[in-house]
Amino acid sequence: MSVFSEVPQAAPVAVFKLTQDFTNDQFPKKVNLGVGAYRTDEGQPWVLPVVKKVEKIIVHDDRLNHEYLPILGLPEFRSSASKIALGDNSPAIQENRVGAVQCLGGTGALKMGAEFLRRFYNGDNNTKTPVYVSAPTWENHNAVFSNAGFEDVRPYKYWDGEKRGLDLTGFLGDLESCPERSIFVLHACAHNPTGTDPTQEQWKQIAEVMMRRKLFVFFDSAYQGFASGSLEKDAWAVRYFVSLGFEMFCAQSFSKNFGLYNERVGNLTVVARDPDNLKRILSQMEKIVRTTWSNPPSQGARIVAITLNTPELFTEWKDNVKTMADRVLLMRAQLKAKLQSLGTPGTWEHITDQIGMFSFTGLNPKQVEYMVKEKHIYLMASGRINMCGLTTKNIDYVAESIHEAVTKVCELPD
Amino acid sequence: MSVFSDVPQAPPVAVFKLTADFREDSHPQKVNLGVGAYRTDNCQPWVLPVVKKVERLIVEDESLNHEYLPILGLPEFRSASSKVALGDDSAAIKDNRVGGVQALGGTGALRIGAEFLRRWYNGVNNTATPVYVSAPTWENHNAVFADAGFKDIRPYHYWDAAKRGLDFTGFQDDLEKAPEHSIFVLHACAHNPTGTDPTQEEWKKIAEIMKRRNLFVFFDSAYQGFASGSLDKDAWAIRFFVSEGFELFVAQSFSKNFGLYNERVGNLTVVAQDSENLTRILSQMEKIVRTTWSNPPSQGARIVSKTLNCPELFAEWKANVKTMADRVLLMRDQLKSKLQALGTPGTWDHITQQIGMFSFTGLNPKQVEFMIKEKHVYLMASGRINMCGLTSKNIDYVAQSIHDAVTTIQ
Repeated sequence: MSVFSEVPQAAPVAVFKLTQDFTNDQFPKKVNLGVGAYRTDEGQPWVLPVVKKVEKIIVHDDRLNHEYLPILGLPEFRSSASKIALGDNSPAIQENRVGAVQCLGGTGALKMGAEFLRRFYNGDNNTKTPVYVSAPTWENHNAVFSNAGFEDVRPYKYWDGEKRGLDLTGFLGDLESCPERSIFVLHACAHNPTGTDPTQEQWKQIAEVMMRRKLFVFFDSAYQGFASGSLEKDAWAVRYFVSLGFEMFCAQSFSKNFGLYNERVGNLTVVARDPDNLKRILSQMEKIVRTTWSNPPSQGARIVAITLNTPELFTEWKDNVKTMADRVLLMRAQLKAKLQSLGTPGTWEHITDQIGMFSFTGLNPKQVEYMVKEKHIYLMASGRINMCGLTTKNIDYVAESIHEAVTKVCELPD
Repeated sequence: MSVFSDVPQAPPVAVFKLTADFREDSHPQKVNLGVGAYRTDNCQPWVLPVVKKVERLIVEDESLNHEYLPILGLPEFRSASSKVALGDDSAAIKDNRVGGVQALGGTGALRIGAEFLRRWYNGVNNTATPVYVSAPTWENHNAVFADAGFKDIRPYHYWDAAKRGLDFTGFQDDLEKAPEHSIFVLHACAHNPTGTDPTQEEWKKIAEIMKRRNLFVFFDSAYQGFASGSLDKDAWAIRFFVSEGFELFVAQSFSKNFGLYNERVGNLTVVAQDSENLTRILSQMEKIVRTTWSNPPSQGARIVSKTLNCPELFAEWKANVKTMADRVLLMRDQLKSKLQALGTPGTWDHITQQIGMFSFTGLNPKQVEFMIKEKHVYLMASGRINMCGLTSKNIDYVAQSIHDAVTTIQ
């Protein structure tokens, strides 16, 4: 009877389903270690003080109106966002070969980059170019690229479950054996979900292979500043690749480091060979933007642009970012210490070796199920926890629960 | 040398190129009748007073934060928006078969709707389903549906240049001849670019054919309230189709009627057969949204939602909308009078018969070129003018220029 009777029910997005289940749970000691958003030590969302300040500035500025932004976005946002990633003294910027597309968060930046590459990279509308994403990776990477038209999205080796660290041999092996011109999605820092990043020496090896084998570099940078507390440190890999002369994309998100999750503030930084290439690339980006969202939303971009472009606000922002990064580092240190003092079997070094919001605990699916069902501690089936969900008030309960999960629940699932 | 050396330079989007040219023009009497945004009689952008008020409320509200919205958007925005389109007493809403997907302006709503239809309508991933857009139509319709994967986008007869009105015979003919299950993009009111809408009787006939031939109804509603000054009047066609039992989509934009162009406030209203179908449809919409923008931006949706859901603010908004609509009506009236007073050849009734922001003047490309190059009056090559660009200060100059164009250029 309905033209839509055959439309199947789609499975909910796992991370949001987890939060929903958490919300419905009545258990007084429940803990949400699922979705990746910062929480204070009171377990509350945090609107950065600098953001609150700038929002007031904006609302009182009568010169501002709501006229359409340019298709590529707010110019002062785009340039300051790219500068944050590439550095104040970036030669590439000075050479006028860096441009940007203001996008809807990191997702939107990945989407625009993917749509462009599918149309124009490695031939004309070559949907067969392999796209490599890390194993594991953010759950949405695969779908963003396949919905952009890529038919061959593959994993590259990344996480070594046994040693709980980077499988560099496997990674380099995939880089050496993949088809030339394959696209690789690299996590700029604070790898999601493992929290495990290549060292600088390892990045150098990765870059060498990618340059030699003509692989396309597509960075996903969602945690700059948030990972180590230092913007420069967290951008090292991106800047290193730029310095080697790669033509590359960097999808930037300001959701986490500005706490502006729901205003969808992102930027696709394009590092081109020269200004002429850049111009042509950006003209095609406009066409893609035009049929997707026409032009981007203003509010979040204004907040970020004003902050980045005003020295006192910029300083205040870096401070706010460090506050968040430091609390995460503290929780990492405390969780590890508590597990060690409980004598929980296994090694827990990875908790402080890993960086950023997430930690790959190493808990297996059955242990995760135990955590969720018996202890009302919500984490992803992969064993990923959001460190931000830990507080001084719940960390003992969480540590004890992990201890129980590890000691009571069998290693191997059926 | 570069992996992108073969990437061609894309031509700029015409309407933005026009505004760029206008900006660079230093002629003191220049007039921009191009891009569709409201202007005051001082030719300035207008932030609606109710919007300014609500923005202050939002910034003072300590209970608000910036946590991710749900994938489908702010719930109170979605329901309020669908209610504005379908009416407070909508039976379909009472039947729990209406849902909304908060989207990035009208463009985003069209795009998500198109992506859904390409995946799930008339088969699975049936990219061959014809999509019909009016001739002429908003310059971006074709590309939105093409980029969503549809391979067969066709025009349906709409504008009759000779009689300067609706080619209703041609329109009905296309409806009768279209392959069954074809998708038709209908302008809910204030057709862009012609300003010419079907009458209620004509809409009834259109609906009859569409129902009989199983054609899919996809409304584009970018001017509700802005066209006639009345929200209900401007939603008549949508509500009629809903009352006829169609399963349909409505892409709503709040860019114009809230003046919130740059916050990208839109809503895809889905009217389903029943709540069970609605659940499945929305679950698939989530998947599409997730890989496009993940979840939508908050600011604009909060402003609209607060306004629509608060009686005093809602009344204030309607008054602001009427202010805009009335100024446009005044300009229409005055332009027609002045052209008639000048004795400009041709009939100019269409200027007041047409509705909404735009008017299809009937100027041909050469006359348009004259207007731009000689008179520094910027309008689209199609002859479309944005009535909002007219003011009491420039209307004489514009009327005179049109007169000159029509009398000196063939």
